[in-house]
Amino acid sequence: MADRYSRQVLFSDIGEVGQEKIRSSRVALVGCGALGSVSAEMLTRAGVGKLRLMDRDFVEESNLQRQSLFTEEHVSKGVPKAAAAESTLRAINSEVEIEGVITDVRWDNIEGLCRDHDIIVDGTDNFETRFLINDVAVKHSLPWVYGACVGSYGISFAFESGTFACLQCLFERPPEVGTSQTCDTVGILGPVVHVIAAYQVTQVLKILTDQSPSRKILQVDVWNGTWQTLGAERAKSQQCRCCQQHEFRFLEGEETTRMTRLCGRGAVQVSPQQKGPPDFHDLSQRLDKSGQVDFNQHMMRIQIEGYEIALFADGRSIIRGTEDISEARAVYAKYIGN
Amino acid sequence: MTEKIEIILNGEEIQIPMEWTVTDLVEDLKLVGQQVAVELNGQIVSRDRWQEETLVSGDRVEVVHFVGGGEE
Repeated sequence: MADRYSRQVLFSDIGEVGQEKIRSSRVALVGCGALGSVSAEMLTRAGVGKLRLMDRDFVEESNLQRQSLFTEEHVSKGVPKAAAAESTLRAINSEVEIEGVITDVRWDNIEGLCRDHDIIVDGTDNFETRFLINDVAVKHSLPWVYGACVGSYGISFAFESGTFACLQCLFERPPEVGTSQTCDTVGILGPVVHVIAAYQVTQVLKILTDQSPSRKILQVDVWNGTWQTLGAERAKSQQCRCCQQHEFRFLEGEETTRMTRLCGRGAVQVSPQQKGPPDFHDLSQRLDKSGQVDFNQHMMRIQIEGYEIALFADGRSIIRGTEDISEARAVYAKYIGN
Repeated sequence: MTEKIEIILNGEEIQIPMEWTVTDLVEDLKLVGQQVAVELNGQIVSRDRWQEETLVSGDRVEVVHFVGGGEE
């Protein structure tokens, strides 16, 4: 299929030379939900050499509105997202080495999964994993491209920490328990996902062809029609613990949320590192539409999609309805967020 | 009474006391500890300079929220 990439090669900033660089590249994609699906498809069509997709979840009906690699058949068979994505992508471009890895990306496996790649693409749904990606990227001098969406709002930035800011230059740690909005509490529109993934993949193609990515942060609200870029050339912090002092706290598991299986109780306990009191009132308003919520000064009880989440004032949660750590981590990220 | 100056915050004119730093503004907006970056006149101000960056009349400030969604 000599014609396959002809239109991309015709684009003068890529050309034959650029296409060859893309063809010999290895891309690691962490998370294969909405952003991950869209990015993976574009990267596969663009002809990267190898694409490793990592995801811990399986396909559900509520994914189909925006997660473009999945079908009703994947839902009815309960196929893991990494496996479903792998088969769809193989049918799109058999020249690309696609590897779906069904795994919960954590501090103790991320290095092995991502290190031997040229770039890491963010398709995750939580900050804890992004801080991990940032640690690996800084430690191994890899670029990574952040992207996130919620509601009709999205944001993206390409991190190249050698000269420019890393994630920890901007924020020292993930947000407090229960303070961030998630797609499972405020919803998400399909179009914003495509906008942000398009920006991410553009930066990936520039980096893979040895060109500078945009040094601007893109923020978009597709519903309100606001598009804005912000200059990030001088955002590097000279006191950054990660990229200046090379302390990889997330990668060393020091900042990880601890998950404990409560055997025999059908539950998993989630203990985040930050033990600040969650704002029950605020959280109950956000979760109101998704499930049944009660709280008092000591704890909050959330009944949602067959799970019962008990969130305590010390930041700890017990998730009933599963003894599976990855599943509990996914439920926690969806509704409580971090 | 403290003298006030006008700055433009997220496209809207607001008044703040003279000599306020980026830190003062972020505290006033109750955004401490949140995942925000602050752009001053077209460039993100690195966090280690928030305390020393004093706002002056006519400054254009944008507050950017980094969100967590994206979904696995």
